[in-house]
Amino acid sequence: MKVTITVNGRETSAEVEDRTLLVHYLRDVLNLTATNIGCDTTTCGACTVLLDGEAVKSCTVLAAQADGREVTTVEGLAAEDGTMHPVQKAFHENHGLQCGFCTPGMVMAAVSLLKENPRPTEEQVRAGLEGNLCRCTGYHNIVKAVLAAAEETA
Amino acid sequence: MIPATFTYRRAESVDEAIELAGQYGEDAKFLAGGHSLLPLMKLRLAQPEVLVDIGRLRDLSYIRDQGDHVAIGALTRHHDLATSELLAEQLPLLHHAAGTIGDPQVRHRGTIGGSLAHADPAGDLPAVVLALEATLVARGPSGSREIPATEFFRGLFESALEPGELLTEIRVPKPAARGWSFQKFTKRAIDWAIVGVAVQGDRIGLVNMGEKPVRATAVEQALASGASIRDAAEHAADGLSPASDVHASAEYRAQLARVLVRRGLEEARARA
Ligand SMILES: Cc1cc2nc3c(=O)[nH]c(=O)nc-3n(C[C@H](O)[C@H](O)[C@H](O)COP(=O)(O)OP(=O)(O)OC[C@H]3O[C@@H](n4cnc5c(N)ncnc54)[C@H](O)[C@@H]3O)c2cc1C
Ligand code: FES
Ligand code: FES
Repeated sequence: MKVTITVNGRETSAEVEDRTLLVHYLRDVLNLTATNIGCDTTTCGACTVLLDGEAVKSCTVLAAQADGREVTTVEGLAAEDGTMHPVQKAFHENHGLQCGFCTPGMVMAAVSLLKENPRPTEEQVRAGLEGNLCRCTGYHNIVKAVLAAAEETA
Repeated sequence: MIPATFTYRRAESVDEAIELAGQYGEDAKFLAGGHSLLPLMKLRLAQPEVLVDIGRLRDLSYIRDQGDHVAIGALTRHHDLATSELLAEQLPLLHHAAGTIGDPQVRHRGTIGGSLAHADPAGDLPAVVLALEATLVARGPSGSREIPATEFFRGLFESALEPGELLTEIRVPKPAARGWSFQKFTKRAIDWAIVGVAVQGDRIGLVNMGEKPVRATAVEQALASGASIRDAAEHAADGLSPASDVHASAEYRAQLARVLVRRGLEEARARA
């Protein structure tokens, strides 16, 4: 089937198999490989992107379900001139990553969280990121980064 | 992993959804949020030949105050339930339980209709609609019918829906007894309940205490005949055979049910 999806503000279109998952459309068709795949069970959140502005796990959404809609990946966050998004900047400044595998998904989940709740408490940040696993940081600096981004943008 | 091949059809209206389901018969499955079905398909535990996508049926996504009850469209997402002020006020049990499902990403996709139609004994919302004595409305080729929640869950992943029948609305009576509690016992944040208990007044729904979502009838009867909460809760696992799996043994689940029912009833009473 043919799908047309606006990705990071640009209209994209391709003929795909009906069973194509959104994450494969992004990675394999569009070559946007920042969005990672970390599991087979919709658990890890490494594949998190925004669908019409809300965080979803792109490994568990069909490209067909995103047809006609808007998707944002971490590649679409920074400004045209390369200025980082406040959440990216906060991860950078607070050492919110080590190996970086979880980071694209973590950042997108944080962007969605702050959109829904611009001034979260620490507890709300932890609950809001429960769908994203990190094997390295112990979460502490990720939570710090999200709180710092909230401070910066509120 | 990716699902086995299938044909994707998108329904633009309720009528079209029912027509497409009728056309493909047993080979077809409805796709709502896809957060139970797609994980099963990726693991090849489900291999439908046709998916009829009902995810765009926005006219089945609503929460309406109808006086004596609240009407909820089947395509209403967990996120919408968990952020609805109407539910917070009128049905705090459902409002709260929806917010404990999975994680924010799951709640942005999963729907109440999908949760109920899937009839997973580990699901949270089946126990909640049992405790709330909701009525489910289903539509098929020959019209609509109403099914009480207590008759809806038939067995493991088996509901009273006929093949091709679409769940359209959930009608939840505004409870006379206001006290409520939702007890969800998990090992880690994102986990499903090992055992869960939904309490509204003296009605109790159980999560993961057998092959289908059930009411704790033995406890309800004990309470009705005047037993104390402590004594009634001892009957929480009577007549039930919960599964033993990697998370817990059947004995452990039975013990959890007794403890969580007691806590749930106490909390509900304190809130009444
Ligand atoms: C990581 C993860 C964690 C989760 N944790 C929890 C949890 O803690 N508690 C919990 O309760 N759930 C949990 N879930 C499941 C989640 O709530 C699902 O969204 C829900 O079970 C199914 O809803 P859906 O809209 O996604 O349905 P789908 O997956 O689209 O459909 C499920 C089934 O119902 C049928 N169906 C769907 N809608 C209708 C309808 N309107 N009429 C007739 N048939 C229909 C489909 O054909 C399919 O057979 C979790 C899921 C994931 C991926
Ligand atoms: S790849 Fe792990 S949740 Fe999507
Ligand atoms: S930084 Fe390595 S998994 Fe999170």
